[in-house]
Amino acid sequence: MASLQPPSLRPKGSNSPSTKAVILVGGPSRGTRFRPLSMELPKPLFPVAGHPIIEHCLVAVAKVTEIKEVFIVGYYDETVFREFINYASNAFPQLSIKYLREYQALGTAGGLYHFRDVILKGRPERFFVLNADVCCSFPLLEMLKLFEDKEAEAVMLGTRVANEAASNFGCIVSDAHTKRVLHYVEKPESHISNLINCGVYLFSTECIFPAIRSAIKRRTERPRLLSYPSSENLESSFYQGEDDEDKENQVIRLEQDVLSDIADSKEFFVLETKDFWRQIKTAGSAVPANALYLMKAFQASSEELATPSANIIPPVFIHPSAHVDPTAKLGPNVSIGPRAHIGAGVRIKESIVLEDAEIKHDACVLYTIVGWHSKIGCWARVEGTPTPITSHTTSIIKNGVKVQSITILGKECGVGDEVRVQNCVCLPYKELKRDVANEVIM
Amino acid sequence: MKALILVGGFGTRLRPLTLTLPKPLVEFANKPMIQHQVEALAAAGVTNIVLAVNYRPEIMTKALKEYEEMYNVKIDFSVETEPLGTAGPLKLAESILGKDDTPFFVLNSDVICDYPFKQLADFHKAHGEEGTIVVTKVEEPSKYGVVVHKPNHASRIDRFVEKPVEFVGNRINAGIYILNTSVLKRIELRPTSIEQETFPAICKDGQLHSFDLEGFWMDVGQPKDFLSGTCLYLSSLSKRGSKQLTPVSESFVHGGNVLIDPTAKIGKNCRIGPNVTIGPGVVVGNGVRLQRCVLLENSRVKDHAWIKSTIVGWNSSVGKWARLENVTVLGDDVSIGDEIYVNGGSVLPHKSIKANVDSPAIIM
Repeated sequence: MASLQPPSLRPKGSNSPSTKAVILVGGPSRGTRFRPLSMELPKPLFPVAGHPIIEHCLVAVAKVTEIKEVFIVGYYDETVFREFINYASNAFPQLSIKYLREYQALGTAGGLYHFRDVILKGRPERFFVLNADVCCSFPLLEMLKLFEDKEAEAVMLGTRVANEAASNFGCIVSDAHTKRVLHYVEKPESHISNLINCGVYLFSTECIFPAIRSAIKRRTERPRLLSYPSSENLESSFYQGEDDEDKENQVIRLEQDVLSDIADSKEFFVLETKDFWRQIKTAGSAVPANALYLMKAFQASSEELATPSANIIPPVFIHPSAHVDPTAKLGPNVSIGPRAHIGAGVRIKESIVLEDAEIKHDACVLYTIVGWHSKIGCWARVEGTPTPITSHTTSIIKNGVKVQSITILGKECGVGDEVRVQNCVCLPYKELKRDVANEVIM
Repeated sequence: MKALILVGGFGTRLRPLTLTLPKPLVEFANKPMIQHQVEALAAAGVTNIVLAVNYRPEIMTKALKEYEEMYNVKIDFSVETEPLGTAGPLKLAESILGKDDTPFFVLNSDVICDYPFKQLADFHKAHGEEGTIVVTKVEEPSKYGVVVHKPNHASRIDRFVEKPVEFVGNRINAGIYILNTSVLKRIELRPTSIEQETFPAICKDGQLHSFDLEGFWMDVGQPKDFLSGTCLYLSSLSKRGSKQLTPVSESFVHGGNVLIDPTAKIGKNCRIGPNVTIGPGVVVGNGVRLQRCVLLENSRVKDHAWIKSTIVGWNSSVGKWARLENVTVLGDDVSIGDEIYVNGGSVLPHKSIKANVDSPAIIM
């Protein structure tokens, strides 16, 4: 029987159902929150724990052996991901990785729907959707098991956050026993639940595309009710909201426009992960993401990490081409990029040092991202402020003013000898010759 | 000759250091304040020194016994049961100061300078009148009490103007005097001020002269000025080519004016100076950067720390990659954790600091 079908089509009822994966990367206009780092590199390609953010998604996808095909969907120019896809195709030979470019921002659901023919080719029964700006352990196999156990049409990954933080996210009300999603609401103004949407889904193809289609139909008939960001929503009130843009472009988003309907009518379940989860939104959030991925690698005894010693407090990632003086003390949670140069007696903790950066002797770098080709002088101190591990924001209040907790030096910045920089964001190509604190340096 | 040093209280302005030792025993440039003064007085031929204090002086007796032997002087305490101001203590010590009719020196214990006692005594004897006060030139006279001379006279003082609005002169009272014993008769035994009562009275009789101080002068009664005074003192040593300073040819010395006790240990790859004093038994680790700071006896600065405009108290320790600045003062036995930043912190004795002090604060 099978021989009568085209080879790409899989027979129904096979004991190995076909699964694909989609990684949503968004586009350049959304990169504003990731400034000043997104001025040099699109966020999905920014390295945390030694690998581009998107590669961590691919690693998780590659662990689901039945997945053969991965689509990266976004509206960046094709050239942006070309080099990465070449690299990833070698690193993950079992995967076919393709970039699907939206020519305008269609929203997370709109993008999926636009490329439905490509995704449906070969009649996959289900596919994962991963938001690239999510940092977590991606328990895709557990999601798959729940999907099969419940004969589900959709499964999403959920995690518990502090009650105060919940209203910044999509909130899920679920049946504790059956794990069925009873209600879903994006960024509610009032408290609904502290189980939130992690932005990782597994959909049956037969469920999701009709659901998006009806959402599109509904949108053309009556516009969506806008949900306003609450005043506690620190990060979205700090930056310009995106709702205006969405209205103009007739964007259809999974979270706002589709999930709530699926919760009402479909076999929709939530897998609650107890593992780490963080969103990578602002540039500063790359530091906690770096820490979480490094800890994950350390727990998995990854050979990529630097060997712990008196001066290496694990986990630490040092690129093989970087030069680190043996008297420098690094860690925990430090990533050193290619060709970076770390001098004698330097201290680095909870930081990311990017390609070709130079840190001179006896300098101290804490809770900081050091940009490409940046230079830090001897005895300089560049520091951010630690935030609680449970916190989902990268800003803190100091003397009544909101400042960035992580210090960020953009590309080719310079910090003079003995200069101190604290809680600053420094745009590219700036020289800091005097002490600065709690500022954005243009 | 005789001298009286006005010590007064324990020195609350110099806390947290004076929570551990009375101000005269706090080391300035690796030598207790009082020792600088006793040494200079002895060198000028003084044999009797009175310390006017208004606290129980037991804690100082041992140190002063040593100085008596070292400098061959007799040191007595004159203890006020109630504070007598700046003139009252002279009356209280009348039995010593007035035991013969040679003039006596009076000095404020907070003042540091190149003490010109010999020249001052010569000048005083030459003019033959009741009193001479040392004056120093300042840039901003409006902050002080200014000395105004008699017309057509270089040294005879006409009057004092407190915080003048208009320029009347730029010489101020430096807190060092030489007075004839007759002055003691002008003072009553009660709380009274030498600047506001005694001097104006001598002035009226045309018996008060001024003597210009050469070189630096500083009231080092509070931490900020203690650091500035240290800089001035070290610069003065440097100008005189003093052998006490670590030679600039030493690889770690940067900018000169570095005074290191021979028992202190300095690590590799340090950059020290300008204006640093390092006390006995101090241990400085590798890759340490020190400038404009004072490390008191037995303190420890660990590798890669950075310290500027700071006084590190006795037995205190500063962690690796710590950064202290902006008039930070650590009391006795304070511990600053690794990688900690302290900006203008006043840290009381025996405290352990484990979180950054981002803006000036007193850490109880």
